[in-house]
Amino acid sequence: MTFNEKYFDVGRLDRLSYQETWVHRLDPRTKVIATMLFLITVISFPKYEVVALVPFFLYPVLVMTIGDIPFRFIIKKVLAVSPFVIFIGIFNPLLDTGTAAIIPGIPISAGWLSFISILLKFFLTISAALLLIATTSFPGVCHAFRRLGVPSLIISQLFFLYRYLFVLMEEAMRIIRARDMRAFDRRGTGIKVFARLVGTLFIRTVDRAERIYYAMLARGFQGDIPTLKKSRMTATDFAFLVTTIALIFVFRFFSFTEEIGRTVQGLFI
Amino acid sequence: MSHHIVEFDNVFFRYPDGTEALRGINFRITHGESVGVVGANGAGKSTLLQHMNGYLMPTSGTVTIGDLSLTKKTRQEFRKKVGIVFQNPDDQLFMPTVFDDVAFGPLNLGLDEAAVRERVHKSLVMVNGLTLQDKPPHHLSCGQKSAVAIAAVMAMEPDILAMDEPAANLDPRSRRSLITLLKTFKHTKIIASHDLDLILDVCERCLVIGGGCVVADGPSSEILSDGKLLEENSLELPLSLQRR
Repeated sequence: MTFNEKYFDVGRLDRLSYQETWVHRLDPRTKVIATMLFLITVISFPKYEVVALVPFFLYPVLVMTIGDIPFRFIIKKVLAVSPFVIFIGIFNPLLDTGTAAIIPGIPISAGWLSFISILLKFFLTISAALLLIATTSFPGVCHAFRRLGVPSLIISQLFFLYRYLFVLMEEAMRIIRARDMRAFDRRGTGIKVFARLVGTLFIRTVDRAERIYYAMLARGFQGDIPTLKKSRMTATDFAFLVTTIALIFVFRFFSFTEEIGRTVQGLFI
Repeated sequence: MSHHIVEFDNVFFRYPDGTEALRGINFRITHGESVGVVGANGAGKSTLLQHMNGYLMPTSGTVTIGDLSLTKKTRQEFRKKVGIVFQNPDDQLFMPTVFDDVAFGPLNLGLDEAAVRERVHKSLVMVNGLTLQDKPPHHLSCGQKSAVAIAAVMAMEPDILAMDEPAANLDPRSRRSLITLLKTFKHTKIIASHDLDLILDVCERCLVIGGGCVVADGPSSEILSDGKLLEENSLELPLSLQRR
């Protein structure tokens, strides 16, 4: 993937968050709280748990469907980060060889179970986080965090990150394009030139930071970024939150999958 | 209306690296005047503008607005009086959405919520940008960005509007609507630009800056038709005066 394509890819996630669906219209705080709870619950499962994690896929699938988020887009993003997790988990089957369960005929080692559990948790948490960003504008997420008590200094940093990420990427894109136009046959694309490009980018960034600070001073900045409260929690928000919490609670503390299994078994025996 | 007078009295400024950017600037702009500031690249136009709201302090000499002279203590007052629009709107629009950005100044002035909303609304309507208010700045076109940047400054209701190259990077139509917009402002206006046609259109008075001094000061129609003076300062006749 070239730099240009990467750039438009980041932009796509951002554009998705400006759609108008039922999920997008929920108050950002609702979604932040729901996502946090979801993450904590998923992570809280013991390390050999596999079966009980499966019902949790309901959440990302539902959000994706109602929020009109392309399934393949999210999967691609999740797969892109998956090597990290695979590296972390891959040694479990080798190190932890005790037999933990027996599916008729095949003994399964505890290591494989914990590896699969890690993978499932990874898929669930990353997709939930991505979906939060894809269904809530980034400023919305920041406002939600601020109103949930995160210090405003951190929030300001996040605002600037979001605002200037795109500007910085465009700047980098222009520099790289200028290099490529005059770099015939790989000459000039070596590491030495690259190091200087990064240096240039850094200097430009510092200059820009100075100009932005000047702009802020010019409009009366005195140390804190003030904002207006914009969103309000509605009945829909509470309904969504209560349902989510109830489902998460049921999935966490009752072995839901096992119950289904037993019921089905009961039908046949 | 003495409080809208801008006066530079023998202002010198030297950058920390030793560059002498201003060497004795003198002028006086009275209420409601619109003044163009022209000059070669590096003549000191931007440095001059940065003195108007105390981002830079003169090494010697005084800058006075109304009855206040510029010191470290009066800087904040200066910033309320003088709104500066920058050359690159990306430097100026730093908040995540257009609404937040335009609201930034009024909120810093300590206005309450209703007043802030009203000011944001008013200034966005002024620049024809009301439909943009929930967009993040990086989804805007260059012309839209500069319109929003102007709205952000107007929302502070400054007495004096200073602009650095307002028409740079604008397509002809956006430039034209900018000129129309500027003509409707009753503020004191100070516009630094290389776009001499814009200056001729919008400003009745013109300052030529060269080598850190005021080289010429007079009615735009006179100064901008003086080919020799303009050429000496790396400028040329405005296009509209070149046709014969």
